[in-house]
Amino acid sequence: MKDKQHTRVVVGMSGGVDSSVVAYLLKQEGYDVVGVFMKNWDEKKDSGVCTVAEDYEDVAKVANKIGIPYYSVNFEKEYWDRVFTYFLDEYKRGRTPNPDVMCNPKIKFNAFLDYALKLDADYIAMGHYAQTRRDPDGTVHLLRGADPNKDQTYFLSQLTQHHLERALFPIGGMLKSKVRQIAEEAGLATAHKKDSTGVCFIGERNFGKFLSEFLPAQPGKIMTFDGEVKGEHHGLMNYTIGQRRGLGIGGNGTSNEPWFVVGKDLSKNILYVGQGYNNEGLFADKLDASKLNFIAPIDDRGDEFHCTAKIRYRQKDDGVTVRFNADHTKVDVLFDNPTRAVTPGQEVVFYDGEECLGSGTIDHAYWKGELRQYV
Amino acid sequence: MERIYLDNAATTPMDPAVIDRMTAVMKTVFGNASSVNSFGREARAILDESRHTIAQSINAARDDEIVFTSGGTESDNTAIIQTALARQREGRHIITTAVEHEAVLKPMQYLEQHGFEVTYLPVDECGMIRLADLRAALRDDTILVSVMTGNNEVGARMPIHEIGELVAPTNAWFHTDAVQAYGLLDIDVQRDHIDLLATSAHKLNGPKFMGFLYRRTGLNFPPLIKGGEQELDRRAGTENIPAIAGFAKAVALLDPDTKRARCEHEQALKESLITKLTDAGIDFEVNGGHGEDYLPHVLSIWFKGVPNDALITNLDLAGIAVAAGSACTAGSLEPSHVLRAMYGDSPRVTETIRFSFGPLNTEAEINTVVQEVAKIINRMKRG
Repeated sequence: MKDKQHTRVVVGMSGGVDSSVVAYLLKQEGYDVVGVFMKNWDEKKDSGVCTVAEDYEDVAKVANKIGIPYYSVNFEKEYWDRVFTYFLDEYKRGRTPNPDVMCNPKIKFNAFLDYALKLDADYIAMGHYAQTRRDPDGTVHLLRGADPNKDQTYFLSQLTQHHLERALFPIGGMLKSKVRQIAEEAGLATAHKKDSTGVCFIGERNFGKFLSEFLPAQPGKIMTFDGEVKGEHHGLMNYTIGQRRGLGIGGNGTSNEPWFVVGKDLSKNILYVGQGYNNEGLFADKLDASKLNFIAPIDDRGDEFHCTAKIRYRQKDDGVTVRFNADHTKVDVLFDNPTRAVTPGQEVVFYDGEECLGSGTIDHAYWKGELRQYV
Repeated sequence: MERIYLDNAATTPMDPAVIDRMTAVMKTVFGNASSVNSFGREARAILDESRHTIAQSINAARDDEIVFTSGGTESDNTAIIQTALARQREGRHIITTAVEHEAVLKPMQYLEQHGFEVTYLPVDECGMIRLADLRAALRDDTILVSVMTGNNEVGARMPIHEIGELVAPTNAWFHTDAVQAYGLLDIDVQRDHIDLLATSAHKLNGPKFMGFLYRRTGLNFPPLIKGGEQELDRRAGTENIPAIAGFAKAVALLDPDTKRARCEHEQALKESLITKLTDAGIDFEVNGGHGEDYLPHVLSIWFKGVPNDALITNLDLAGIAVAAGSACTAGSLEPSHVLRAMYGDSPRVTETIRFSFGPLNTEAEINTVVQEVAKIINRMKRG
């Protein structure tokens, strides 16, 4: 193995505190560190205020502070073709996609990895809260980040061995508070920068407004499953299963409880609502998923195995039985406990203890053998 | 790591003699050139002397045709926007080219938003405009023609003398952005019928944030920067006397013999780089050309199949500074409008690197650059 001084690590620097600390720590350890900022979105494409230029300014400040060269690479076309097109297509199908899950295998651990290799990188490093474990034979296992509030393996669940082979996650074993402390002690300009939230290219903007710039909204009826019309929706894409906000319906009904989205019918352009957070229409005991990815080989688990799973980021995982179809292209996931708001288009991510096994994209939800009308 | 600087079209290192001159002025003369006291008069003397040196360098008829500015961008902005403002009753049509620097194109776009009509002359694959296109575009209401002397990305030299002769009998004023050419080419505003000419000091080993606008006597327009009556009420703001003295020094160093030697040196390096890249078996093409119709210090090369962002970054990591197009606020490369104008949507646009030479570059550096380029391209093609 090369000594650190001659080991080049290309760090994906976003202008946030996490990747700043990654670059700083690697530099402290003596690696040949190169910072690269990814520009994935052209702010001129929509009317929102974009922080790309400010983020790059922060990359420059941090990189100069720690004494590493920094560059910017443009992946707008790759992002548009490989992530955003998928994102819009999923919405057109009435589903709720998760572009941040797609961004990792398509951009950050793909286009970026390729670029880093062109720069003669030995490794790439990212500011994700995730960890890896390498078997003697080189197989990489993806493990949860040590900070339970920050674990980002959900978003990394579509990565393969190729993506992870050269990936380093230097802050994966740390708490966020520790990362901020390191940034502060090192005097990094991003030490107190607010964490970014939401989808990377949309940022803090109004989501519905953003979406309407790309997909024409088709208003339609809001109804109960009993056929009672409760109002008008602004286009089904603006609503997600289990959502409460933005419906514009007051209490009353049978229970005076708040109203929630409990179903969608894309073909009839109807949004179904029901009352109560725990409305029975929101629960599923099974889902099926496709676009499966398992990070490390799972052949030894057979056609059916028990593990835990989460169906959205920032949720505790719960016990499930995973049952493959004949050619292992799809799975049925049977929940140990009824699960609320299983959303087609989102990822179901599997865990075994601390290890993230992989994921699939949710296609359908079921209750007692019956298909939920969620698309 | 020993570094090699081949980005002289972006900026140049200051000549030690310029630094000495500026240091001396900073140490001894601090007065305000507009002050009516002995300190002011000392500053004023340096200002006048510098203006004279610079006026002579372009054969201006009078010293007061030189207006000191913060550089090429301000000079271009002033010439274009203030001409339009002053002449809008005579006409609202302006002619320029598709390959101008942003310092010209952005003011043009600004004027278009304010009711002016701008004709952008196309260029051929050599990066040249055709005089016939200019002749056809000229109208009774054309108030300004702005064509750069030499292009910053591919080095194409425009037919300035012919353009001057064509525009002179018309109602239009002729402006040229000479930022890249001044300091290398022989510029004569009288011979070439130039009305307005923009330059920048830092492109010829002078200080940054310094330049001038040549403005032919008889052309009247209000100052862009408004305030005090400095520069005969043509550019407000206390003059930066040390920088002006440094600029004049840089210009004085460039006597005709020095200029000629510099051009020959840079042309030789350019030819050498082309020859050695060819010998190394690298698949490339020169954008535009590299003969006498091109500025000697600029060489634009299409490395076929090699994305320029990765190449430029690799070269930088190896200590070799080159350029490609212009960077956006997020640091990534924007597709070059110059290459687009020359070649349309060709892969060249994202596979081109600009090398630009200076008097300090050496043949040994060219050898290193060729070796490094070959190494990087081979590695990238393998990967």
